[in-house]
Amino acid sequence: MTFGDPFFGYSWLDAIIRVVIVVLVMTVFVMYWTYGERKLVARMQMRLGPMRTGPYGLLQAIADSLKLIAKEDIRPAAADRWVFEFAPYLTFIPVLMVLAVLPFAQDWGVRNLSMGLFYVFAVLGLNIVGIMMAGLGSGNKFALLGGVRAAGQMVSYEIPLVMSLLSVAMIAGTLDLDAIAAMQHYRPFILLQPLAFLIFFTAMLSELHRAPFDIPVAESEISGGYFVEYSGIRWSMFQLTEYASMIAWSVFGSVIFLGGWEYPKGGDWGWGWQLTLTLIKSVVWIAAIIWVRTTVPRLRIDQLMAFCWKVLLPLALVQLLMNGFILVYDWPQELLFVTSGLGAALLVGIIIARAIRRPKKTSGLVGTYRQVQGTPV
Amino acid sequence: MTRWPEPALVSKLEDPSLNTVDMTVNIGPQHPATHGVFRMVLTIDGEMVVDCEPYIGYLHRGLEKLSENNDYRQAMGYWDRTDYLAGMACEAAYCYAVEKISGVTVPERAEYIRVIMAELSRINSHFMFLGAFGADVGSFGTSFVYAWRERERIYDFFEEVAGDRMFPTYIKIGGVAMDLPDNFESRVRWLLGSINQGLEDLDGLLTGNEIFVERCRDLAPMTAERAIALGITGPVLRATGIPWDIRKAEPYGVYDRLKFDIPVGRQGDIFDRFFVRLSEMYQSTRIIEQCLDQMPGGLVLNPDLPKTLRIDNAEAYFRYEGTKGEYGVYAMARGGNKPYRMKLRSPSFCNLSALREMVVGTYVADAIIILGSLDIVLGEVDK
Repeated sequence: MTFGDPFFGYSWLDAIIRVVIVVLVMTVFVMYWTYGERKLVARMQMRLGPMRTGPYGLLQAIADSLKLIAKEDIRPAAADRWVFEFAPYLTFIPVLMVLAVLPFAQDWGVRNLSMGLFYVFAVLGLNIVGIMMAGLGSGNKFALLGGVRAAGQMVSYEIPLVMSLLSVAMIAGTLDLDAIAAMQHYRPFILLQPLAFLIFFTAMLSELHRAPFDIPVAESEISGGYFVEYSGIRWSMFQLTEYASMIAWSVFGSVIFLGGWEYPKGGDWGWGWQLTLTLIKSVVWIAAIIWVRTTVPRLRIDQLMAFCWKVLLPLALVQLLMNGFILVYDWPQELLFVTSGLGAALLVGIIIARAIRRPKKTSGLVGTYRQVQGTPV
Repeated sequence: MTRWPEPALVSKLEDPSLNTVDMTVNIGPQHPATHGVFRMVLTIDGEMVVDCEPYIGYLHRGLEKLSENNDYRQAMGYWDRTDYLAGMACEAAYCYAVEKISGVTVPERAEYIRVIMAELSRINSHFMFLGAFGADVGSFGTSFVYAWRERERIYDFFEEVAGDRMFPTYIKIGGVAMDLPDNFESRVRWLLGSINQGLEDLDGLLTGNEIFVERCRDLAPMTAERAIALGITGPVLRATGIPWDIRKAEPYGVYDRLKFDIPVGRQGDIFDRFFVRLSEMYQSTRIIEQCLDQMPGGLVLNPDLPKTLRIDNAEAYFRYEGTKGEYGVYAMARGGNKPYRMKLRSPSFCNLSALREMVVGTYVADAIIILGSLDIVLGEVDK
């Protein structure tokens, strides 16, 4: 039996079993990934992280979950009751729906859609509704600001995101995620489309509200953003959403750009190696997200929008155009790498060129004491 | 309550039917960005700040009145709780002021110890600024933890010397409370190395960061004239380009024997303020090194001090370069063992008066880092 065959012969029974497995594994993974993130961040910040609950704090994730479940679920008096209470579910359900089509290994998924790529970003775009509802329904101004910020940001960044995915889909000639992964047997698409990868990674950070794009949940400005009024189990739904979507994006991104379960040797070495590949790639992917988070400060909302509309979107469109020329006229595939690589170099070059204008050393501004005319010296 | 005059509105749409309603957002007194119990009420139009009304007084403890009810020695305990990030410096300022009206002299060794402690306090306070400012700009606590490592070491050192970390009451009228421990010099040199390392780390984390520079450059620039008109002192004033430092302008203690530069900025924007503070910390380590080289032996406390200090009619204003600016202590005696009047000119309070005109017309996110760049300490603002 391969994993493509339905369990027990019934299609509906098979679907239920697969959904249950995926959801359970995902929940445990999320629980432990919060622990992993805390340890990783602590490492980067010269701390130890959780150490007290269990050996090396390994039980911390369980303690946190129990605490969150046991906590009182507070609904503020000013909140719009139904909007407030349904918002967490509406943010969480789209992420669960995305998990249904992700290929964790060959034929290891709930279902494989022939339009998988389209389905993923169509459904993931939906959780903005829940976030908006949380922002509006909480009856809190910080939450409102956070919700509005999230709406503007996520809607804007969806466009370069989709453009970068389209450029891969053009090369692959399919929207089937399993087929896209299988196509990367010899080389992952990141080698053909480095610019698309950069755009995808940046836009993904924004969709996830991760630094430097954590503007909707900025703690130091609006003290948590749209979920500021939530507590207990509802708050943990938001937290679960955040981590589950991080995992969903990382599996999705590694299927599109890093070869998913296929590269290297995935098709030859069987499902054990394929699952390992998926796990390694998504963990590295998430670790990169966290690494960025601990390093860089937050952008301002106008800088964020300007970066999206003035830098990412034009580059993504130009790449799409070049891909079109190369594929329609059947030029050699190496040109894909050349054009996209040039674009990536341009993007990185812009950032470096801006960066070298800044003062390099702190001693640059140090002046000696002098009397200045017209001052009270 | 008096309202501020209506400022120029920032962004109103041309079509009046599309106009939005301004929203009032209350930031503080319990808010992660207000560095204590400061409260500012922002009127915002979308993301733009239209008006800002600061409220202070949540930490008012009646420092000046309390000082009048205690004798000169006891009153000092309240003064290191003003700028609680630099307790040693505040004690020194108080002691200098009382010595000025009483004429008590200080042994040379004690003067050097005071300078070392004050400069360590300055480094400590500026580390707090760097860490908290990084967190304000949004670097998820990394800068905070980096700064905290050095702050812990400085506090540990204070504990070794004085027996207390934050409020040591170590500096006394006529000197310092006790002599230094034996391993003092090697300990301080190790500490300076550690501080320099921490500075390099923070410098690399923040100064070199594209997003950080982008957030801070050209934001809320302040001209030198305006800064002087508002009575702004300290790093915020020096960021506008004026090298006004009381340690150079009116040297007290042994500062006239020490070589150091005054870092100044170019345009007084947020980045310059950050940069000036960072550079000042390097200068402080320079000062401490020179103190270690020059420090003589001898007594640390004036042996001729009377058991109870009584001061006849005298009054004086002593200006001290605190960590936030000109820390002025006005002392007035009318006989007896208690001050008749003590007055604090707190730099944080004066610097805070520039908040509104800098904040209006910026984004909400900018308002937070503008407040952070002023580096206020609420203990000093509210006295």
